[in-house]
Amino acid sequence: MTDAVATAPAEIVPVLPTRRELPIWRLLLRRPSFVIGAAILLFWIVCAIFGNAIAPHDPLAQDLLRLNKPPSAAHWFGTDPLGRDVLSRVIVGSRTILIVTPLATLLGTVLGTALGLAMGYFGGLLDALVSRLVEAVLALPAVIIIFMFVVALGSSVRTLIIVIGFIFTPLVARTVRSSVQVERQLDYLSSARLLGERPARIMFVEILPNVIPTVVVEFTVRLGYAIFAVATLAFLGFGVQLSTPSWGSDINASYGLLGAGYWWETLFPALAIASLVIAINLVADSTQQVVAG
Amino acid sequence: MTGPSQADRAGQAPAATYEPAAPALQVGHVDVTYRVRGQDRLALRDVSFEIGRNESYGLVGESGSGKSTMALALTRYLPRNGRVSAGSISVGGRDPLAMNRSALRDFRARTVSMVYQEPGKALNPSIRVGRQLGEVYEIAGSDKTEAEARSVAMLRKVQIADPGRVMDAYPHQLSGGMAQRVVIAMALAASPSLLILDEPTTALDATVEAEVLDLVAGLRDEVDTSVLFISHNLAVIAKMCDRVGVLYAGELIEEGPASQVFDEPRHPYTVGLLRCIPRQGQRKDHGRLDAIPGFLPQPGDDRAGCVFAPRCPIVVEQCRESPPPAFDVGPDRTSRCYRHEETADMPRSTPSDITLPAQAFEAEPVVTMRDLSKTFTSRAGRVGALAHVNLDIRTGETLGLVGESGSGKTTLARVLLGLTTPDEGSKVSLKGQPLGPDLAHRGREQLKSLQIVFQNPDSALNRRHTVRRLISRPLAKLAGLSGTALQDRLMSLVASVRMEERHLSLRPSQLSGGLKQRVAIARAFGGNPRIVVCDEPTSALDVSVQAAILNLLADLQAKERVTYLFISHDLGVVRYLSDRIAVLYLGRIMETGPAERVFAGPHHPYTEALLSAVPSLDGQRLDRIKLTGEIPSAADPPSGCVFHTRCPRRLSSGICESTEPPLAEVEPGHLMSCHIPLDELRLMQNIGASDDNRAPGP
Repeated sequence: MTDAVATAPAEIVPVLPTRRELPIWRLLLRRPSFVIGAAILLFWIVCAIFGNAIAPHDPLAQDLLRLNKPPSAAHWFGTDPLGRDVLSRVIVGSRTILIVTPLATLLGTVLGTALGLAMGYFGGLLDALVSRLVEAVLALPAVIIIFMFVVALGSSVRTLIIVIGFIFTPLVARTVRSSVQVERQLDYLSSARLLGERPARIMFVEILPNVIPTVVVEFTVRLGYAIFAVATLAFLGFGVQLSTPSWGSDINASYGLLGAGYWWETLFPALAIASLVIAINLVADSTQQVVAG
Repeated sequence: MTGPSQADRAGQAPAATYEPAAPALQVGHVDVTYRVRGQDRLALRDVSFEIGRNESYGLVGESGSGKSTMALALTRYLPRNGRVSAGSISVGGRDPLAMNRSALRDFRARTVSMVYQEPGKALNPSIRVGRQLGEVYEIAGSDKTEAEARSVAMLRKVQIADPGRVMDAYPHQLSGGMAQRVVIAMALAASPSLLILDEPTTALDATVEAEVLDLVAGLRDEVDTSVLFISHNLAVIAKMCDRVGVLYAGELIEEGPASQVFDEPRHPYTVGLLRCIPRQGQRKDHGRLDAIPGFLPQPGDDRAGCVFAPRCPIVVEQCRESPPPAFDVGPDRTSRCYRHEETADMPRSTPSDITLPAQAFEAEPVVTMRDLSKTFTSRAGRVGALAHVNLDIRTGETLGLVGESGSGKTTLARVLLGLTTPDEGSKVSLKGQPLGPDLAHRGREQLKSLQIVFQNPDSALNRRHTVRRLISRPLAKLAGLSGTALQDRLMSLVASVRMEERHLSLRPSQLSGGLKQRVAIARAFGGNPRIVVCDEPTSALDVSVQAAILNLLADLQAKERVTYLFISHDLGVVRYLSDRIAVLYLGRIMETGPAERVFAGPHHPYTEALLSAVPSLDGQRLDRIKLTGEIPSAADPPSGCVFHTRCPRRLSSGICESTEPPLAEVEPGHLMSCHIPLDELRLMQNIGASDDNRAPGP
């Protein structure tokens, strides 16, 4: 749209002002909820990438003289039962989750979009079969299904990505399918068929650009669920077993000590999870509103 | 018969029918501003008019002229970003702009009522009609039983034969015409002093529209209500209104008694609008339509002088410098034009010359359809959309396909194109070669031969693709072009639909409706088709744009020698462009023949009814025949002649109910499916043997 404006001076071309005059990202930046969400998200991304440099202490270093110390000037978020710095662990703990969840969601979104396009465009038996599959997936909480696979296959970054991606695929497909069905009512598809276009081209060149807004919204919504799922698995003790800390397993390790008054060891990792999920929901909501106009 | 007040609008001086002392509505120098992205955009500028008591006032204008904004401003229903930024409004002596919440609620309940375009959206789908209507009376203070009795009486008043059944129905169980009657009944229930009708018949079929218009006209004599009638359709306004105001880009550019404004317009825009419409049997070989060049300015555009100056054929320097005041151009008439004296012989904007090939079409058919049927099967049952249609389309001609919605016009077009598979046994052939039942069974040559221009370019053009991509694709795919050959053809195609290179990088949302339809036409012509189906190509467009598109279609046909299957509900448009006509009713051909013969008559009774339902700017015909009821369901078509349930000329012998008449040749090339012999039809329809001048009714 920007190139159109650049090549065609507005005073001679009757360019109509439309809702989409501004690119989507400009509209997004006008929304405070998006700006706040994106800022929090950006903060965690920076932590994930440069965590070890930012963290004030080594997140793995144990200090047996300072076990379960409350927040202080030296340890802003206190220390855990092994005397490790909670702040450093929260900062570095963002890494796993920010690697696993976007990749898993991306996988689910890509596969789901392709499947949804085919379901919506062809309809019939394929649509009926996958729709039943979606209902089956929806009948059980996603976390439980992922849990079963992780228990069976063992937990690794790759397993988590693939399992979460596959679980998300039918869910994304269902949303994309309903968007495609709206597009199917429009005459431009008949027009493309009259040119003898092949189904694949109609799906990916004609329809896909028109359902991309739906896909973007679906991606952000799923990302929130993915974070929740990964954190839950870690909390249950089936997270990725790496030397790096993770929020979920830290909560798991410390929530038993809440009764002893060591609230900081649970609160700060929990707040980290909450802030990331909220940030993504803020981004998802404002994207949805901008896309819907 | 229509009531006297609108049957002869020219004969009755409107000044006598209302008292100027007590106007029902006074609008004085009103500006309406919308705030869009932090900028104020003027949607109405300095609009002043008055509606006298019991007067019917028409506001006419193209889309974007501010008609509906005016209605919203009167009832204070403007959206949150809109406001009346200057001027005064007085409805029956009360000022809605100064009202508090409860006064406003009372005002909307008692003083002013509104009827919208879509009756289906004006009624609550989950509440029975009786309850919705009774509520209006209960708010006015009636108890439940009284409200019900008055509701039934009101439904009778809007000519609903079976009020009890309608009271118990949910809105979705009513047809469009019936629902609009209910909405009108609700609007009149509170006896408002002002009734606003915003395009009340635009969504209805012509035959239903005629009924609803008759109803409103008849009610005006009965109830004490002034009417503000908003429409884009000049003929409807001419039929319904005593006085008319013409809106253009938010300004009331001309005002006066309807008959005078339409017979002797005094503003170049009104002149232009009236010239855009094919009238009095005008046909493409009589010359081009006189389209208005250019585009409606956008709200908020800079306008130093006259708002119409950029498109005006008689513009002078003064027009560009200062906006013209409202000149008095006769008793009760104003025009905002410096040159209002010179509008009578305003020069044409579009040259009239048209080059049609000497022999427009050959007798040999390019498409033959034999025994063409299409039955849709669903859970609800089987619906016969087309039943044993036999039809030829001849090379180079334009075949006009007319009929009400639900008659099967679009299904016929889709079957021909291969988008819908016909029933077994249907035979469609193209140049003697059988056509595959659907696109998968058609070769590239057959694909190339058949293309379509859809009704709505917003739906027909992929909104994410640029104009360049949209037009290039058929050139690459169907014409097999690439590289510079493709570029050359692209540029010549773009030029032939009167667009320019600078449009190529734009997307559809950046184009006006007319330009979008030009892109769609260019796409259809990209593969050098033999036959182009035009499915209501101008019904989504404004009148001034419609004329330019019709001219373009006629020019392209002359140049490319294509055949058109032209579908439209607008008989004036069909008559202008078509060489032959086929009239469809419930999936059956009722009549087909040369356009002149079909329009001049004797016609099939259904054709006659369609023709007489259309409001005309050339004076109302007195011998109107009316259709009663609505098109029957195709799932359960009537026995015998399918039209007998609504036919005003049904024979008393009972043959119409029992036997389906064959489609027989009554004159050379003129086929009709009717039991009544041609000579009797001629007598009934008062048609002279030699000419098509119609005498007044018996």
